[in-house]
Amino acid sequence: MSETTLDARNLLCPLPVIRTQDRVEKVEPGECLLIQCTDHGVINDIPAWCRINGHEVLSIDEQDYEIVIKIRVGKTR
Amino acid sequence: MPKTSSDKPQRKAVALVSGGLDSMLAVRVLQEQGVHVEGINFFTGFCVEGHTHAIRKKDRDKPKRNNALWCAEQLGIKLHIIDVSEDYKGVVLNPKHGYGANLNPCLDCKGFMVHEALEWMKKHDFDFLITGEVIGQRPMSQRKDTMPVISKESGAGDLLLRPLCAKLLPETKPEREGWVDREQLLDFSGRNRKPQMALAEKFGFKEYAQPAGGCCFLTDANYSSKLADLWKARGEKTYEIDDIVMLKVGRHLRPRPHFKLIIAREEGETNFLRGYRRNYLSLNTISHSGPISLIDGEADEDDLELAARLVARFSSGRTSELVTVEVRQKNGESKNIEVKPLTAEDIPQEWYV
Ligand code: SF4
Repeated sequence: MSETTLDARNLLCPLPVIRTQDRVEKVEPGECLLIQCTDHGVINDIPAWCRINGHEVLSIDEQDYEIVIKIRVGKTR
Repeated sequence: MPKTSSDKPQRKAVALVSGGLDSMLAVRVLQEQGVHVEGINFFTGFCVEGHTHAIRKKDRDKPKRNNALWCAEQLGIKLHIIDVSEDYKGVVLNPKHGYGANLNPCLDCKGFMVHEALEWMKKHDFDFLITGEVIGQRPMSQRKDTMPVISKESGAGDLLLRPLCAKLLPETKPEREGWVDREQLLDFSGRNRKPQMALAEKFGFKEYAQPAGGCCFLTDANYSSKLADLWKARGEKTYEIDDIVMLKVGRHLRPRPHFKLIIAREEGETNFLRGYRRNYLSLNTISHSGPISLIDGEADEDDLELAARLVARFSSGRTSELVTVEVRQKNGESKNIEVKPLTAEDIPQEWYV
């Protein structure tokens, strides 16, 4: 399964969500996307955005100042 | 087009969702009538929603949710967040209808957002637009005489429906065509929030955001004065997204008209500002612990020394004879200078932006 990475570091919410939204448009359903962020607001916002839009959050890996969220793109856009 | 139970084609409305109670109610009123609603939310760069809440370390344990996303989830609707920050500059820099109490160009802003939503609506084949506006609720954009201005200047005309006060306004196309039943729309007006709260109760909304002022930083007096200072220092009204983000971070001191210092107030801000060292000249105390500082503007050798003395004042070496400060260029080259920290009396109040 292919996987792409989105660098959303140093962006403040809601920009990481907007960048995720724009990138997901270009990713095939079923593929995974790794989103690297530094704004801790994404821990709430990206999962909320995924729930609304039918994508699946596979993991949230929180290191000190960096958060990596892995999502699987859903079928409905 | 999907059909509703009464076999009428289901109409589709796009709602401006700010994250406040009013837009939430407006959406639900239409959902109750069987309309398919999706939300749209605009990122202008000045939104209170995001930004800074997660920068300061003390706030990290309770990261704030994005209210627009949260509302959409409660309502069971999709939310499209659109970055309009580039085009929005025209609204902030040259508002045709001027500013409100601070640098908030509310009337132009609303017209702009409705226009953007209209374009989205056409592109995605939706039928009409809704907002949670209530007559008389906001001094500038939500008055009986300014609401038609928004409809007209945005180009939306009678495709713009305000479900919460529709009964007090002329009939719109969705009402005329029977896409929605005007009788079931509302007649809210004024600043009294009781009718909204009662309706929230009826719909079972237990928790909702209660925005204190407007929906953006431009209604904030401190923020607006920092933005005005930026324009004055540059001799023209311009800004980039980095500028307006920076206005929310750190202490801002302008010791000379041509440069200001942005000094981190705590660890979270230090880490955040560190990420901007390639965009700004930066200062860091070496001999003592202290916050990172960025310089916005042009600074010569004398200015750098003054800046270093100021930065030393905010370090743990403030009472020392000398403090070593690293001055780092955007390209990463750096040199150390030794300076005597300024005293509190050396720093005039006017330097604080
Ligand atoms: S408060 Fe800000 S976002 Fe809201 S209408 Fe006024 S300028 Fe626009």
